[in-house]
Amino acid sequence: MSTGWINWFRFGSPQAFYPLAGRMMPWFAALAAVTGAAGLWIGFFVAPTDAQQGEAYRIIFVHVPAAWMSMFLYVVMAFWAGVGLAFNTRLSAMMAHAIAPTGAMFTFLALWSGALWGRPTWGTYWVWDARLTSELVLLFLYLGYMALHAAIDEPRRGDRASAVLALVGVVNVPIIYFSVQWWNTLHQGASVSLTRAPSMAATMLWGMLLMAIAFWMYSIVVVLGRARAIMLEREAHADWARELKEAAQ
Amino acid sequence: MSEPSIAEAMLGIVRRDLLLAARRKSEPLFTLGFFVLVASLFPLSIGPEPELLRRIAPGVLWVAALLASMLSLGRMFAADYDDGTLEGLALAPVPLVASAAAKIAAHWLVSGFPLVVVSPVLALQYGLPADVIVLLMISLVIGTPVLSLIGAIGASLTLGVRGGGVLIALLVLPLYVPALIFGAGAVDQQLAGLSASGNLSLLGACFALAALFSPVATAAGIRIALE
Repeated sequence: MSTGWINWFRFGSPQAFYPLAGRMMPWFAALAAVTGAAGLWIGFFVAPTDAQQGEAYRIIFVHVPAAWMSMFLYVVMAFWAGVGLAFNTRLSAMMAHAIAPTGAMFTFLALWSGALWGRPTWGTYWVWDARLTSELVLLFLYLGYMALHAAIDEPRRGDRASAVLALVGVVNVPIIYFSVQWWNTLHQGASVSLTRAPSMAATMLWGMLLMAIAFWMYSIVVVLGRARAIMLEREAHADWARELKEAAQ
Repeated sequence: MSEPSIAEAMLGIVRRDLLLAARRKSEPLFTLGFFVLVASLFPLSIGPEPELLRRIAPGVLWVAALLASMLSLGRMFAADYDDGTLEGLALAPVPLVASAAAKIAAHWLVSGFPLVVVSPVLALQYGLPADVIVLLMISLVIGTPVLSLIGAIGASLTLGVRGGGVLIALLVLPLYVPALIFGAGAVDQQLAGLSASGNLSLLGACFALAALFSPVATAAGIRIALE
């Protein structure tokens, strides 16, 4: 280490990554708490009331970042799944596996908050809008990934099979999005336009960005925690895990 | 005996699967029966008004074809997995990607092509005009191979997995969305008197993309299942 060069690959092994993840988690948790508190404060107290939508628009401070994270996490999950498949690294597959529930949660949150926002704004909980529909399909993709992983008893095989599915899914997500958008424009007129966003006050944008960072940090904390649990579960037979258990007793 | 070329081997696999299907006639007939049954449930549940039926026919027939094609996916590799044929294919000098492509082609011939043949009869029941029926057949000819190709990935990934049948539906149906939209959309546009060529081209693009990637992903899935 005298040259200042860090062997990153060392952290590719669960044994080395487990304590590192444990040390990183409080920092990301603190970041999530600070940015989340600041984002919510801006969202609820600083940002002005929207002229057309009233107070209901404040849901977007949760809704939009959740929708961003749901898509971002799918790509990250597919990335780790692909790395795990290509290089046969245990940790990458565990990371992909750990990301899926958080991604599904954010997808569901985006759909749910969108429905709550749509009721006062559009007068309906659900429209077959391109974004809503593709977000729903994304939720099914997450659920399929998790169901496939859960259905296979042997974890390594489950990792690899679900990794193939994640990669197939990531190729399909843009196709699904454009097909749905095209179908949508064909079937119904522009009764509701999401793309024609009203010019946004700077404070609103800041609130949204802060919330996005908070969600991001939260995802890192939760994913690391879940990855640690998966590591312990799968490496229970390994020396380092057994030592950890003895030390805890 | 000299080693067969890739094309010969693929042809052999297709011929073998067709022969197996011909000997066990029930399986392709199940698929067909399901297609007809689902399509005839809709008038019973919605009502017999010809106008309404004509309006929903493209979507209903496409969804019925999609479900029928999906229903047969579970059997695509299962028997070969159980009796060790898949292992033989994986060890054979012919690349597994080619064998997977041949299996997919055979699956389409057994459970996709019959749907295309029967679809005009159902379309007549729904009162579709002749030009729309022709277009429905064209869209199914391009679209059902996409369903077989994408479905093969799901079938290979769920080999020997608990509750495979339901799981395949969960994995494959979201991926079917583009094919359904373009396929049913093409028929819909023809019915509305518009040009369907845009949707058909996009459906063809889906087919090209699926034909390129699906055998590779399916072969990967088979190898994972055989480990």
